[in-house]
Amino acid sequence: MTELPSSRPTRREPGDLPGLRRRGFLAASAGVTAAAGLVLAGCGTAPGPSDTGGSPRRGGRLRAAFAGGGASETLDPHLGNLFADAARAKALYDKLADCGTDMAARPRLAAKWEPNDTLDRWRITLRKAAFHDGRPVTAEDVLYSYRRITDPKKAYRAKASLEPIDLAASRAVSPDTVEFRLKRPTAEFPNVLAAFGAYIIPKGTTTADFARPVGSGPFRFVSFAPGRSCVVKRNDAYWDGAPHLDELEFVVANEESARVNALLGGQVEYAHELNPTTARAHEGKGQIEIVRLRNSAMQSFAMKTDRAPFDDKRVREAFFLIADRKELLDGALSGAGEIGNDLFGKGYEYYAGDLPQRHQDLDRARHLLKQAGAEDLRITLDTSPVAAGFTEAAGIFRDQAAKAGVTVQVRSGSKDSYWSDILDHGTLCCYRSGAMPIESHISQRLLSDSTTNATKWHHKDFDALYQQAQSTKDKKERAAVYGRMQRRLHAEGGFLVWGFADWIVGTSRRVRGVAHDAPANTLDWARFDKVWLA
Amino acid sequence: MTAVAAPPRARAGAVEAALRSWLARRLLLGVAQTAAVVLLVFALTEALPGDAAVALAGDQPDPARIAAIRTELGLDRPAAERFADWLLGLLHGDLGTSLASGRPVATYLADGFGPTLLLAAITVVLLVPAGVGLGVLAARRAGSLADRLVSSATLAVYAVPEFALGVLLATLFALRLGWLPPTAVGFGGDLLAHPAVLVLPVLVLLSRPVCSISRLVRAGMIDALRSPYVRQATRYGLSTARVRYLHALPNALAPAAQQLARTVDWLLCGVIVVEALFVIPGLGTVLMNAVAERDVPVVQGLAVVFGVIAVVLNLGADLVARRLAPRAGVAA
Repeated sequence: MTELPSSRPTRREPGDLPGLRRRGFLAASAGVTAAAGLVLAGCGTAPGPSDTGGSPRRGGRLRAAFAGGGASETLDPHLGNLFADAARAKALYDKLADCGTDMAARPRLAAKWEPNDTLDRWRITLRKAAFHDGRPVTAEDVLYSYRRITDPKKAYRAKASLEPIDLAASRAVSPDTVEFRLKRPTAEFPNVLAAFGAYIIPKGTTTADFARPVGSGPFRFVSFAPGRSCVVKRNDAYWDGAPHLDELEFVVANEESARVNALLGGQVEYAHELNPTTARAHEGKGQIEIVRLRNSAMQSFAMKTDRAPFDDKRVREAFFLIADRKELLDGALSGAGEIGNDLFGKGYEYYAGDLPQRHQDLDRARHLLKQAGAEDLRITLDTSPVAAGFTEAAGIFRDQAAKAGVTVQVRSGSKDSYWSDILDHGTLCCYRSGAMPIESHISQRLLSDSTTNATKWHHKDFDALYQQAQSTKDKKERAAVYGRMQRRLHAEGGFLVWGFADWIVGTSRRVRGVAHDAPANTLDWARFDKVWLA
Repeated sequence: MTAVAAPPRARAGAVEAALRSWLARRLLLGVAQTAAVVLLVFALTEALPGDAAVALAGDQPDPARIAAIRTELGLDRPAAERFADWLLGLLHGDLGTSLASGRPVATYLADGFGPTLLLAAITVVLLVPAGVGLGVLAARRAGSLADRLVSSATLAVYAVPEFALGVLLATLFALRLGWLPPTAVGFGGDLLAHPAVLVLPVLVLLSRPVCSISRLVRAGMIDALRSPYVRQATRYGLSTARVRYLHALPNALAPAAQQLARTVDWLLCGVIVVEALFVIPGLGTVLMNAVAERDVPVVQGLAVVFGVIAVVLNLGADLVARRLAPRAGVAA
């Protein structure tokens, strides 16, 4: 069985298409046609309507500004943590699979994947691809890369994601076939192949080799100055078709105002991560294009379900009902996003979109709190300037809670250690998450043995449902199990998901082919091999 | 800081000996100050919540992963041991390696020093004539129109925060008028090849020191011009210019020289706001990132460099002040 990407179109509102809004129908439909051309060229990926204007033109250098990691940046794709790292790694390397717009895994270096009947042995067939030095990408390279990532003495980012694989028992059947043995049935194994940072490097690569990195990606390495710039050039032999651009330069500008100014001043053609206010100021003015990557970041409050007062599910429900999601979205994110329904992954594969949208209901919230004996509740809400909108959201929620008789005290913590601080401490905190498959969200955060379980959601029957889903080969049946798990989370879970933030990218008017519907960190996000300069 | 006053009517040799002993004591004090700064920085970074492992783990704070990073970086060893190791390396001229990237700290400093030094040099070259000139202009006739103009303008500019001024200048000259590039993005280490990118950062860097130095010069000049020895010189029939520039100005410059040293120190130690705003990868940027990443060896390396710079500059300023106005040396 090959799990091909579902062909069902993602639901969207007409207003979701900035290109359509601005350019009129004819131009937009031409763009869709051009995008469809790209789809055929691009091995069955399904980028949505792109801001395309005419047919791709070859040549030119595109400069892209990202917030970076300063002088300590490396080109080791297994070490990456930041969007800048991910974008550079994507230009130079490939993964076996990557996430589509709906977070379902799409084949990349893996041409196909077939599980056995018990879903604990997967056979991966590699496509014909070559590294930049001409060596073919083989099964041995895959095993070498995965062994490096899971080195017990090291702490590479994708290590936890690759945990289901029994690498000692996995082997190369032939140069283009890998057989992975898994520790347990894993129906969603392709998600593992698409994990953040699970890049394939040539066998024998050592840390020192990343001074001149060799990958199989669409661009070849030219130069790198940590914290400043990284230049790459077109890989004409790329298996997915050579990029249109001659050269691509990643530059680092940590201040948002610097990124905007560089874009407005023509110093860069692509600026990642702009503020909603900046976007509003320039949207439709004709100077630059604003691209809103929908659904890129879940915004929520995390309630620790193992301690008072949230060990009582009536209190959790009351908090769900206290939140005025629209007000939070408008106040904390300047309206750049859409409201949430206390579930992760709106619009992604397996998302329980049939559940009714929850609205503010202060009377019922007060009633529930009274029932739970939690009138005049006082609680501390942890927040930090670690992410856009966090401190604003905390302030707004404090005022909303006051209307239900709950006194919220906002406590602001250090942004450098926030994520680690809130994991075990406190009872209520601001929380956000980037895009990932719903299955990964569950396995990383909601199982008894999950490593980053910020809501302390420990339920044996919930774990069992997850195992059941992972052992279910039939996709429809599996979706039903995910549906049950999400209904439970919606009714009494610990994540008060109030919204999904857009990730905002600014581009020069010459830039074409930027996908509009790719959440940050998915396949079509920062995909410069499909971009061209008009 | 103490300094020895030159004894009245001492022979030249004795003066020189006193100066040398003063210098030696100042240098020793400087070394002690640098050591104290380093120790303090180490203690403070230890006291910050979280360490390099926590910072590196970011939003994926898997406790097992943090523990693994900690072991890998040697952060599980006692603080005293790590500090001793670092000191030992320092005595051999080894500043250690970054926790975040594993590259030598010295390369961080070398990379960041160039742009910062360039900015500082250009700023100082423009600052001295501009600051002194404006101060003298204002002091020529206290209360005149020129004086009032200079005084109110310097006061106004001094009150504007650098960030605001930078945004204002970039918006006006780069984005509205299109005369200058808004940032140095992508030019990184090669700023001299694109001199236009330096204009706005230097303007922002100049804004405040020009104000403080011109005001100091003005005040010193006015005091000196009113002093008995200047009036005496005028009575002897010396020309106004000669009195003004050879007799009054040196006295006015002594406090300005010390202010200048502080300014150079401030410029060299990385002007964080300007570097961030105009994307100039200098020492300030290195420091900001290193603190955010809890990259203690880099922070320590910077602390040593900043400490040495501060000590040397202040020493130089005191020497200059002693030459310009020997009597003021007592207070230096």
